[in-house]
Amino acid sequence: MAVADPGFDLALAKLTPERIEQVINSVLSQAVAERMKLFLKTCVHCGLCADACHTYLSRNRDPDFAPVAKVRDTLGVMLKKKGRVSPEFMKNAARVAFIECGGCRRCSMYCPFGIDIATMIMTIRRICSLLGMVPQFIQDTTNSHSATSNQMWVQPDDWIDTVMWQEEDAQLEVAGLRIPLDKEGAEVMYSVIAPEPKVMAQLIANIAVLMTVAKVDWTMPSADGWDNSNMAMFSGDLEIMGRIEREHWERALELRVGKMVMGECGHAYRGAVYDGPKWLGWQGPPLPMVHAVELYYDLLREGRIEITDKLTEPVTIQDPCNIVRGRGLHEKLRYVVHALCDNVVEMDPKFEHNYCCAAGGGIINCGAPWKMARLKSIKIKATQLKKTGASLCITPCHNCHHGVVDIIGHYHIDMRTSFLIELIVKQMKIPEGLGV
Amino acid sequence: MTERETERETGREKWNWDVGSRNVADLGKLRAAYTDVHELTVSADGERVAAPVVAEDGSFRVAVNGEVWETELEKAWHLKFTPDDRLTALVRVDDMWTVAVEGELWEQRYPFAWNTKFSADGRTIAVQIKAGMEYSLCINDKPWDRNFLSIRNYALSDDGRRAAALVQVVELVTADTETFAEGTWSVAVDSETWDEKFIGVWAPVISPDGEHVAVQTRTERFAYTIALDGAPWESRYGCVWEPGFRPRGEGLLAPVRTGASWSLAEDGEPLWKTPYVQLWYVRFSPAGERVAAVVATDFGRWTVAVDDRPWGCTFGDVVMAPVFSTDGKRVAAAVRHEGRWTVAVDGEPWSHWFDTVWDPVVGAGRGPVLAKVKNQGAYGLAVDGRVGAQRYEHLWDPTFSPDGDKVLIRGVQSGKYIRRVVLTEELG
Repeated sequence: MAVADPGFDLALAKLTPERIEQVINSVLSQAVAERMKLFLKTCVHCGLCADACHTYLSRNRDPDFAPVAKVRDTLGVMLKKKGRVSPEFMKNAARVAFIECGGCRRCSMYCPFGIDIATMIMTIRRICSLLGMVPQFIQDTTNSHSATSNQMWVQPDDWIDTVMWQEEDAQLEVAGLRIPLDKEGAEVMYSVIAPEPKVMAQLIANIAVLMTVAKVDWTMPSADGWDNSNMAMFSGDLEIMGRIEREHWERALELRVGKMVMGECGHAYRGAVYDGPKWLGWQGPPLPMVHAVELYYDLLREGRIEITDKLTEPVTIQDPCNIVRGRGLHEKLRYVVHALCDNVVEMDPKFEHNYCCAAGGGIINCGAPWKMARLKSIKIKATQLKKTGASLCITPCHNCHHGVVDIIGHYHIDMRTSFLIELIVKQMKIPEGLGV
Repeated sequence: MTERETERETGREKWNWDVGSRNVADLGKLRAAYTDVHELTVSADGERVAAPVVAEDGSFRVAVNGEVWETELEKAWHLKFTPDDRLTALVRVDDMWTVAVEGELWEQRYPFAWNTKFSADGRTIAVQIKAGMEYSLCINDKPWDRNFLSIRNYALSDDGRRAAALVQVVELVTADTETFAEGTWSVAVDSETWDEKFIGVWAPVISPDGEHVAVQTRTERFAYTIALDGAPWESRYGCVWEPGFRPRGEGLLAPVRTGASWSLAEDGEPLWKTPYVQLWYVRFSPAGERVAAVVATDFGRWTVAVDDRPWGCTFGDVVMAPVFSTDGKRVAAAVRHEGRWTVAVDGEPWSHWFDTVWDPVVGAGRGPVLAKVKNQGAYGLAVDGRVGAQRYEHLWDPTFSPDGDKVLIRGVQSGKYIRRVVLTEELG
């Protein structure tokens, strides 16, 4: 049964073949088209990308869901027909690009030629975005980024008030705790994604506890730019993507912090380190960017925090694509998890070979209409999770966290999820002088 | 002129420019008296140092040169001195927020108040406020007569008579992408909204004479331009950055993106001819005849262009906003390359590099260029790239005397806030 999504259906009514042709050809300018053609031409149909794709594997190896098919049947046709495709064709291409691929890049890793299928999918999303054919909920998130610089319509006062509220809450646990706002010259600027102040405010208190115990000289910005998330990157609105990444980095640069540390989020890392800077003309982030996993690793290695209680229950680890396949943080992640847990049961496969959660890449942000399609496409992860026998899955990424929550609910797996910071603050020693 | 630069200019000739060093406040005593002392704020003339302090019972006060305001507060933060040297703070009392000026609280109280701004002379103090579930501005303790669904940011004119805010004027229900695309944002000037609605509005600026307001606008999903007094430029661009009025008000400039290149436009027409990979932070010389901007001449190669002529040297990490000398003849900027910071002056980087460098201070003539720098956790004052023997636990930007012969240094050494005036010729 076709899924109703106003983002697709309303756009369909407005599209004309002429407009589609014009937009496709504007995006597939000669250089881009040649690159895409080369990717498609290089493909020898070996099928390794198919076996790498969780969607294909989860959908009974239906060849329509193989990565090569996803791009051949969409971008390949656009190129072949020089943009002369129908509105209905575009609707299907949008569904494939937004719902059936999250750009996890597992397929590219297994491709013997390194064909960058995720980039091709993102090119389709760009075309769809220019045509106004974007799933309603991720478009709404992008609209929020545009209007408010954060992804959840958080008002400026709500952000500051929430930080202050979390500071006061955390002071009940740790004496002298602070969340210094706008502190110039701090060693670290910490940034979060908007769901934290909106619905998971405790995570802000948690990081404040950690920073205080570890004696990190840190700050958070009070002005827009505090949110490091970037759904515009995934909806194909590159102008808004660049705008919010600029604002994010401007806060850190204005404060002249030593480095930026971001919370447990994968896509935000990608946006701040790769896609955002590239669009803005930076070779890389203008200041060092450290993911929370790296911060925890450093603090543990340097003895700045001490773990006194370790979990004994079986625990498994979800490897977020953007910080493991994209950044190689799997060993540091293991170091942190093993510091917290005695009984770690690895998923099979693991590390950069691990399967995506199917929530990243903006898929979960496409919202309720597509939830069942998403969960159908991630059956392989459910099987993988069940096999571990673990009762806890550590998910150091917001998308992974919610994606795995959905998977264990849908597939009735007796498992719960946790961010690392939630375990760290429960299991680390609060020095005597800081006890309340 | 930025707020920071304005602060430096205001009343400087009246400051005490006697050469010498003075301990203004013993911060150690303050720290011993209170459970916590938050971040310090220093007046432009260096005569006062202030900080929120927390008593054992968790109550807040504001300490100035070691003396505390009488009023007990539930919270105090965002301490700022006005250009006319009045200390302001955002404070919470009885679970309501307001502005405190030299210890006196405004009568108006709100569920939240934030983002303090001042006019150039300091007489006007404004904040954003939350009133009920709506938003507005409160200026000199008087709220606008109209509230809005949201206010994202605002600007004050130099003379403080005008205020312009980015306002949401159409209510949106969850995921109403169609209405959003029709335009739900506008600009309110002195609480009156423009007739035009836009998909997006950013970075309001008011002309030096206070007569005109300009913003970046998003007119369609993928079309951006600059709107002046509610009227968008005819040209549409792939993206735009913050506009700026020439100091004498005879032109409105903005970086604009066409295709994959950035350039500088004036009043909707091309001004600079060179296409850049990036162009932002447009700054004017004090008289307005020269224009400088940060540009990327190639991917990942950053520098400053003055009147469309990029410096010969480029930097890999970042270049901060250019700073003109007071006579407009020199341009300097903080730059970062391969993980280290320095200052480049007229295209020549200093020979010494630092962990961090703040924006340079450039006097008139051939005098030295100064910058606050940080190395291995200690602050110092760099003079043409060389740091003297003095090290500070905290340091604020240096300030030249009006004749440029002396420099005011404001810093913390050995737990004491020190005000120091030195002869410029003896620096370095």
